Amino acid sequence: MVMIMGDEVKDVIMAQIRRDVLNNTLSKGVRFDGRKFDEYRPIEVQRGPIKTAEGSAVAKIGQTMVLVAAKFDIVKPFPDRPTQGVMVSNAELLPTASPTFESGPPDEYSIEVARVVDRALRSAECVDLNSFFVETDKVLGLYLDIYVLNHAGNYTDTATLAATAALLDTKIPKVENGAIIRGEYAKPLNPTKLPLTTTMVKVGNNWLVDPSRDEERVLETTLTIGTTEEHVCAMQKGKGAITKDELVEAMEIAFKRGDDIRKILKG
Amino acid sequence: MSDSKGTVPLMINGKRTDGREVEDLRNLRIEVGIIPEADGSAYVEWGGNKIVCGVYGPRECIPRHDASPYHSIVKCRYMMSPFASLEEHSRSGPSRRSTELSKVIREVFENVVIAEKFPNTQIDIYIDVLQADGGTRTASITAATVALANAGIPMKDMVASVAVGKAGDTLVLDLNKAEDNFGQSDMPMAMSQKDKKLLLLQMDGLLTKEEVIEMVGMAERGCEKVNAIQTSALKRFYEKGEDETVKW
Repeated sequence: MVMIMGDEVKDVIMAQIRRDVLNNTLSKGVRFDGRKFDEYRPIEVQRGPIKTAEGSAVAKIGQTMVLVAAKFDIVKPFPDRPTQGVMVSNAELLPTASPTFESGPPDEYSIEVARVVDRALRSAECVDLNSFFVETDKVLGLYLDIYVLNHAGNYTDTATLAATAALLDTKIPKVENGAIIRGEYAKPLNPTKLPLTTTMVKVGNNWLVDPSRDEERVLETTLTIGTTEEHVCAMQKGKGAITKDELVEAMEIAFKRGDDIRKILKG
Repeated sequence: MSDSKGTVPLMINGKRTDGREVEDLRNLRIEVGIIPEADGSAYVEWGGNKIVCGVYGPRECIPRHDASPYHSIVKCRYMMSPFASLEEHSRSGPSRRSTELSKVIREVFENVVIAEKFPNTQIDIYIDVLQADGGTRTASITAATVALANAGIPMKDMVASVAVGKAGDTLVLDLNKAEDNFGQSDMPMAMSQKDKKLLLLQMDGLLTKEEVIEMVGMAERGCEKVNAIQTSALKRFYEKGEDETVKW
C-alpha cells in the first residue's frame, strides 16, 4: 500500500523497487550508506564565510549544506518588552537546493524549520536579548537567515548547527547616537549555551538518526529534539505516532548525539 | 517567553493564578453540529478559548493534482481571528504561526482518518479561533476530532489534546494564557485514546528528561478527562437529534 499524504505528492517519484529494497534492508538493521542507526554523516562547520553579516556559518551534514547569516539592525522593541532586543529567524528552502523546492513565498516546511530552530535557540537562552537595548524605542534586532543550499536529507539539524555556529561567530556591532557603525564591533556575542537538534525517523520500533533523503522518503514518523548540555530545549514531532517509551529512548539518543556534535562545534 | 520568567508569580501557596490545582483542567464545554451547512462541526469553549471547527468532505480534491488515487488528502486550515487576543488588533489572514499549526494539526489527523476509503478526494478541517486564552492548538485538535466524528468520517481512534507546562517551577496541566506567556516551558500534546500514542508533540523552554517523562504522564491523564467530555458531547447530540440550538 502506497501512502503519500498531503504535500508529499510534490516530491520526485521514487521507484517502488528502490522503496521496497530500502525498506527491506532497513528492517534488517542495515542502511544504504553503511551507517549505524545512531550514526550521523560526516559533519563539517565553517565559520565566517559571509563578511557582510555580523556573523555567519556554513554547516554540512553529509551532502546537506546550510548557510546561516546573522545580521543586526536597529528596530523598535515589542510593546510588552520595551527594553529587550528582538531575534527573528527566517528560512529559505532555495529552489537551487533541491528538485522538490519551489520558488515563491515561504511554504509550511520553511516556516516550520525556521520556527523549530528559533524555538531551540530562544529556549536555550543562548542570546541575552536584554543586552540589546539601545535607547527608548530603539533596540538591536538580530536577524538569522537560514539558507538551505543543498538538501540531501535532514536540513533541520544542519540548520540548527549552522545557526548555533553563526552565533559563535557573531560580533555585536558598535552603536553610536542610536545608529549601527557598520564594520565596527563592540564585543563578541558569546552565546552561553550551544543548542542543537537531533532528528530521527522510526524504523519498526527503532530510531534512526540523521535520515538521508531516501530514508526520509520511505520512513514517515519523524521527531526532532533540541538539546543543550543539560536540558531538552525544543521538540517537534512531524508525521506519524510515537509511544512514551519511544520518546524516552529518543531523548537519550538526542543527548548523546548532541554532545558529540557540540564537541565538533567547539573545535 | 522564558526570558521573562520570575516577573509574574504563577504559583501562590500551591495554587495557580486562576485557583486551580496542578492537574485541574479549565472548564471545557463542547457542542456538536453548530454549523448546519458543514458536514461536521464542533464548538469548543475551553477556559477563555472559543473555537469553531467545520469539516467538509470527503469531497472533490482541488486542485486536482493534489489528489491521490490511493487515499483521501487531509487538509487543515487553522486561523486566529484578528480580535482574538486582549492585545492589539492583529493582521487577518495566515501568519507564520498559523501556517505551522495548520501543518502539525493536519499531521495529527493523518494518523487516525481512514483515508484509504476515499481515493481522489480531500477532507477539509477548518478551524477558527474566535477568542484565545492559551492552548488554542490543543483546543482546536479536541474540536476537530469531534467535528470529524460528526461528519461521519471513519477514524481509527479518537484524539484528545492538552498542554502540560512548567510555570513557577511547577509542572502544570492545561496552561492558561499567563502560564503560557510567562511560564518556563510549554509542551502541547495530542494522544490517540485507544493506544495512547503521541500524535502531537511540541515543546519549548528548558526541561530535564525526567520532567518530560512526567509531563507525558500528566497529559495522558488530562487527555482521558478531555476525551470523556468529547464522548459525552457526541452522545448528547445524537440522543437529542440534530435540531438543538447552541447557546453561545
